[in-house]
Amino acid sequence: MSEIQTPEFSPELEVEERVRKVELLISNLLRTGVIFSLGLIVLGTVVSFAQHPEYLTERFSVGSASAPRTAILHSLSDVAAGLKAFNGEAIVTLGILLLIATPVVRVGVSIFAFIYQRDRLYTFITATVFCLLLLSFVLGKVE
Amino acid sequence: MTLLLFDLSVLSISVLAGILGSLLGLGGGIIIIPVLTLLFNIDIRYAIGASIVSVIATSSGAAAAYVRERMTNLRVAMVLELATSAGALTGAYLAGLLTVRWLYVIFGIVMGYSALMMFRKRHQSAEDEAIPAPWADYLKLHSSYYDEASGREIIYRVARTRVGLGLMYIAGVVSGLLGIGSGALKVPAMDLAMRLPIKVSTATSNFMIGVTAAASAGVYFARGDIDPFVAAPVATGVLLGAVLGSRLLGRMQSATIRMVFVIVLLWVSGQMLLKGIRG
Repeated sequence: MSEIQTPEFSPELEVEERVRKVELLISNLLRTGVIFSLGLIVLGTVVSFAQHPEYLTERFSVGSASAPRTAILHSLSDVAAGLKAFNGEAIVTLGILLLIATPVVRVGVSIFAFIYQRDRLYTFITATVFCLLLLSFVLGKVE
Repeated sequence: MTLLLFDLSVLSISVLAGILGSLLGLGGGIIIIPVLTLLFNIDIRYAIGASIVSVIATSSGAAAAYVRERMTNLRVAMVLELATSAGALTGAYLAGLLTVRWLYVIFGIVMGYSALMMFRKRHQSAEDEAIPAPWADYLKLHSSYYDEASGREIIYRVARTRVGLGLMYIAGVVSGLLGIGSGALKVPAMDLAMRLPIKVSTATSNFMIGVTAAASAGVYFARGDIDPFVAAPVATGVLLGAVLGSRLLGRMQSATIRMVFVIVLLWVSGQMLLKGIRG
């Protein structure tokens, strides 16, 4: 890609380069999100095994309808409190939340990427997608 | 079963789900949900919660490579995400108003028919003929990717954008209503209507399903459906599988991808028909 050197200024080549930069940005963003969430999920799992050695030897009914649901954190404040206590499940949940946030952040970043490409049409399209996403987040919470 | 044994067995099955999902542009829910509920007796709520996480994991895990290799058509993805996210909103709104049972039957038939059409298309090449595509021209959707299997750059044109948008809206409604099957409708729409190469269709579908799933994942989290004990091994395995799968797609023959997709689609279609008929 960068091996091809054109002496004279070419606007088309510049557009190509900007498009490529954006592709790499999105790719790196996704990779970073994945690595960090994977790291947190694995760390959290290891921590919860260390905190509860009985998980290695005792019978444990995971996710059954009757099981006590103390481990399920379902609000951000629960997660924050759990993190302060260095609770394994809270670290796992943080990793999962990061995983969930990655595609949303990707769309948000794409808006700026298209501004950088000076592509008005796609800036508009991406911004609309982002608004629809936020709307479904908000409407979902109400339910 | 101890938690360690549970984690290890779910992890290894999830790796397989991640590989298959990233190759075919599906979320892996078709494997994760039955495995968790039937094999491990997990409550369906937590199985669905884990499956939503697995869809996002498949998407983000593979998309980093697909975007870098230009297998994903970012513009097509952005344009179609308009339709899928609008559809998902409609679906969530309609959820209480429609009889879901008939939808399973209808979309079971639609998927079976798509599988048949995709099978019939196996000898055709996307480059055969150029049909006029003013919308795709205006949106600058035509593109190319380097195909590792055949060792050459494949240049393709995108057709019937409006039909594609319509189908994606329906795919969004269905995933909002039934919570599944969005990738299984997206790939045929891109392959049959918009005439994208099969690898571009699965990679672009893979890219898109993460967004749709992330939009609904917030709700599942707030409801307490995402159990960290269930979701942790699923997410870890699927992420690893998706990264592996994304290394494979370029090297695989398009015809192979198409055949595997057709088989999986027939299976999903059968599952949906059964669900609709049994009630």
